[in-house]
Amino acid sequence: MYLKGPDELERLRKQVIEGKKAEEGQKRVVLCTGTGCRGAGALEVSEAFQKELDRSSDIELKRTCCHGFCERGPITVIEPMGVFYQMVSPEQVSQIIAETVKKGEVIEDLLYKDPKTGENIRYEKDIPFYMRQMRLVFGHNRLIDPTRIEDYLATGGYKALTKALFGMSPEQIIEEVKRSGLRGRGGGGFPAGRKWENCRRAGADVKYVICNCDEGDPGAYMDRSLMEGNPHRVLEGMIIGAYAIGASEGYVYVRNEYPLAVQNVGIAIKQAEKMGLLGENILGSGFKFTISINRGGGAFVAGESTALMASIEGQVAEPRAKHIHTVESGLWERPTNLNNVETWANVPVIIERGADSYSNIGTEGSKGTKIFSLVGKINNTGLIEVPMGMTLREIVHDIGGGIPGGKKFKAVQTGGPSGGCIPEALMELPVDFDELTKAGSMMGSGGMIVMDESTCMVDVAKYFTNFLRDESCGKCTSCREGTLRMYEVLDDITKGKGREGDIELLEELGWVTAEASLCGLGQTAPNPVLSTIHYFRDEYEAHIRDKKCPAGVCRDLITYDIDTELCIACGKCKKECPVEAITGEKKVPHEIDQDKCIRCGTCMEVCPEDAVKVQ
Amino acid sequence: MENTQLEKILKNYQYQDFNLLAILQDIQAIENYLPRGTLEELAKRLDLPLARIYKLATFYRAFSLTPRGRHLVTVCTGTACHVRGAALILDTLERELEIKPGETTPDREYTLETVNCLGSCALAPLLIIDSKYHGKMLGTKALSLLKGEEKDVSEGS
Repeated sequence: MYLKGPDELERLRKQVIEGKKAEEGQKRVVLCTGTGCRGAGALEVSEAFQKELDRSSDIELKRTCCHGFCERGPITVIEPMGVFYQMVSPEQVSQIIAETVKKGEVIEDLLYKDPKTGENIRYEKDIPFYMRQMRLVFGHNRLIDPTRIEDYLATGGYKALTKALFGMSPEQIIEEVKRSGLRGRGGGGFPAGRKWENCRRAGADVKYVICNCDEGDPGAYMDRSLMEGNPHRVLEGMIIGAYAIGASEGYVYVRNEYPLAVQNVGIAIKQAEKMGLLGENILGSGFKFTISINRGGGAFVAGESTALMASIEGQVAEPRAKHIHTVESGLWERPTNLNNVETWANVPVIIERGADSYSNIGTEGSKGTKIFSLVGKINNTGLIEVPMGMTLREIVHDIGGGIPGGKKFKAVQTGGPSGGCIPEALMELPVDFDELTKAGSMMGSGGMIVMDESTCMVDVAKYFTNFLRDESCGKCTSCREGTLRMYEVLDDITKGKGREGDIELLEELGWVTAEASLCGLGQTAPNPVLSTIHYFRDEYEAHIRDKKCPAGVCRDLITYDIDTELCIACGKCKKECPVEAITGEKKVPHEIDQDKCIRCGTCMEVCPEDAVKVQ
Repeated sequence: MENTQLEKILKNYQYQDFNLLAILQDIQAIENYLPRGTLEELAKRLDLPLARIYKLATFYRAFSLTPRGRHLVTVCTGTACHVRGAALILDTLERELEIKPGETTPDREYTLETVNCLGSCALAPLLIIDSKYHGKMLGTKALSLLKGEEKDVSEGS
């Protein structure tokens, strides 16, 4: 259906909502089939539901994307009751249909059990993981089948677009975004409204807007989940932005490793075109805007704006100097405004609610909410959306449920390879752009990797430096050689070959790499090293002076031993050891030959009694 | 690659060299790597120096210039997987297959690769064999999976 004007859009919305009202009380199984839940087997669960439901046509299966609580996937909500089931397997499907969907009986075993109180929780809103969140941008995911634009319309989708196109001038929109205090969610935190304003002012006949979905930070996947789960919201933000800036063409640059995101945004673009929400004369306003998709080639540096634009032009993704800003001369030397997925997805919220209401949320310098991916050594892995300024403690302990296995918290790494590690002493830090930077880290795109006492901070620094060494495009010598040298020094330290003065050398190398490199990758490359030196210097010193890895990670500095008191002489470790380093007979505690041992950790992994200890 | 197949891809991208990245992605999707002969033919069709194509093909991580094995074994080395022990799993597989990441066994049975993050961090550490996800991996479990001794329930897309 092609919509010729805003009134036709509203008529359609009314129809869709009335249709949904008529369905009230409809028996429905809502299943998350986002990438996270798919990994946990959601497609098999979906198939099982489909098979069962083919026999009873009065029950609907609705496939959404990410609900955020990935730890407990596959996630299912049974409507109209609203019961929240977690870790559902195909074998449980017929029971769910027979008992819950048909008879309204709750299956206690499938409910989330609060580890603190031991009580089973029936509804999503009562689960501690969700209770403290403010799901302004991400919350609609659970209501939307991303392949159905009607679902988006029912949540008020494209209302902000109508308001912008027919009730506001481009200048007013920019003013609104400026007043909202929205800062770019991709890394740097540059004020979005100011960027738009500069791009609008740049004189040119053709301008572009770009959506950056080349989410390269390892451990961060909120952009993917938004794009998979609610692509129309991102598109709506882009259309509003394009209208405000005066751009007629847009690009979505999305990681090719995200096939479902590529697919869903492709479907969404086609639907929007068909309805007249994209293309010539959008909703009869006379405004023309098209969007095409570019798939990334798997280069971390392509997340940098100038490198990304080079990649769209069919070149290698090498950044350039920004003495002329991309808002004046970007893609094909035309004014270009680039924002990331989450930034664009915030725009409809701002336009619809108004800047005043939006800027009430958050801190002085960081407004609104932020989606974080809370991963690593944490009980509740998942995507969370919280108001800016929530403390790290609330995020890690109240929402994340603390550290698994009763281990001790050590640090949170934020900002991906450009960020740093924040220690326990700063747990009361209110998380926003400026506070994270002050702590020597950064917001980045919102990855939060939790580390416990068994994580070695020198190893973490080495991991990120190796990542950056690998991903440096090589254009700047300081970055290419700086990351390599830092890696070599760190590698030596973790192998027991560290020397006095290495820490100072790392600091000097870090300083040069940051000062002399062109783009954000090089400028922030030393952060993982410098922040771990700053907060965990003692771990570096233990590696260098005592040739010890206190966390028991660095292989050349540790030994595995069998506790003879605990060993039950079951022979499992002896059987699995790849180098036959373990000796021992039945009923005789086993022993590890340290000369033969390659420290692969297999014995520790297979020991049923936790008798293998690392030192 | 058959010339007609290449022709179809090129037509899809209007023979525009700014679409080179997408063209190479489509070739690799069919061939599983970028064969030299196809790249030479591509250079001719688009009237580009072969070096320009190789510049892209060697820059982006997604491309392989050598044929890959029948089975693709990918270890996720994202940060969440790393702190949960991905390095030990990678080591185990390197030892078992006697190859380094990016390499293929001489019998072309297995290619070992790493990926920076697949955003399935709840399953960390994650091993992917022929696009099937196997979560909460252990070295010993990875070996049994390789030998086909263990079937993992968490199989996805």
